[in-house]
Amino acid sequence: MRYHTPSSFEDASAIAAAATGVTRFLAGGTDVLVQLRSDLVTPDDLIDIKQIAGVRDITRRDDGSWRIGAAVSGAELAEHEALIAEWPGVVEALELIGSTQIQARCTLAGNLCNGSPAADSVPAMIAAGATVNVVGPEGTREIAVEDVPTGPGMTSLRPGEVVSAVNLPARGESGGDAYLRFIPRTEMDIAVVGAGVSLSRDGDTITAARVALGAVAPTVLLVEEAGAALVGSALDDMALAALAKAAEAACRPISDKRGTVEFRTHVAGVLARRAARIAYDRAGV
Amino acid sequence: MIHVSTTVNGDAREFLCDPRETLLDVLRDRLELTGAKEGCGTGDCGACTVVLDGRPVCSCLVLAAEAQGHEIGTVEGVSDGEDLHPLQRKFIEHAALQCGICTPGILVAAKALLERDPDPSETEVRYWLAGNLCRCTGYDKIVRAVLDAASEMREAT
Repeated sequence: MRYHTPSSFEDASAIAAAATGVTRFLAGGTDVLVQLRSDLVTPDDLIDIKQIAGVRDITRRDDGSWRIGAAVSGAELAEHEALIAEWPGVVEALELIGSTQIQARCTLAGNLCNGSPAADSVPAMIAAGATVNVVGPEGTREIAVEDVPTGPGMTSLRPGEVVSAVNLPARGESGGDAYLRFIPRTEMDIAVVGAGVSLSRDGDTITAARVALGAVAPTVLLVEEAGAALVGSALDDMALAALAKAAEAACRPISDKRGTVEFRTHVAGVLARRAARIAYDRAGV
Repeated sequence: MIHVSTTVNGDAREFLCDPRETLLDVLRDRLELTGAKEGCGTGDCGACTVVLDGRPVCSCLVLAAEAQGHEIGTVEGVSDGEDLHPLQRKFIEHAALQCGICTPGILVAAKALLERDPDPSETEVRYWLAGNLCRCTGYDKIVRAVLDAASEMREAT
């Protein structure tokens, strides 16, 4: 295995594009190094992006949008009060992953690129309308987070492409987001179902809403019908029932040791309702 | 082999390593710091916990090459020479260990907690240490020892 420490994303991409064997990018390593240690994936070229300038920066742009570098850890995100004030759902979703030790290393970009349908931060990012900056052999592009995962462990990133940063849109007035997951214990487990909701209010009325579900399909899902069920409402019982129905209808889960198809489908509706209530209250502050 | 310059427990250290070697491997096998233990080897148990630039990490999930230019702290740096850290004394007083395999990782993680928050609640201690598994004690004595050490350290300052 060759270990590379490029000083730019262009160099990182060039190394990956020229590689002929198995390539992995290394940020926090909480998935890549587990796979390496378990002999599941043994990279021929491991490209550590942490020596690239700005990779651990959290920046609020003048228009209120955010840029989160690809190697910003969960612990660093969780200590950023201004970001928590605007995007608490995204921060709490990443913060749910693993232990204190994992938090010191795990990243939004890594959680996304690992391609797990149960990745906790991904529904929250999709609900938030997040995008990622991608650097590749043919230049840079910005793609929506929901367009990255294509199946378990698979992404739409092309050979040589690397995520350099996550972008969150400007929160704007009267907006709120939330992420909830179900696990059969209180800590240190993989989501049986996850639900992220982000919405904006004008007074009591919801003017825009996005809902995303995790662990109920081969990829994290953006459920447009579920968001649409909330818009125009004041989160009354009818809107919540329509939200739950749309969330359940989108589910295509598997049955495994952690939950059956029926259980996951039901819980998706329950969590979507609960996350919507939290997001709505946060938007009203 | 990769040449790495780093700081371990305040001392400048250099070593050569294979790119696949973990920080845990190097600490134990090349730097003769055997305090950090290998439990699971996949970041689940916390027995290999060290601090990397002040934050607890599983050293089995850090490549040794990543330590270049960073500061590492292990359980060997917790005491002040022969003078035990209050956490170490309280672990003995409360009998907060049996086999001892998890203890170095828990001491390092708990020390990092008390440096951030000198007065954590029991719930905060339990969540902070959720990544440090102990199959002997049932955790109660560990949590009591950490809270007692925190109390003593607050009184001392």
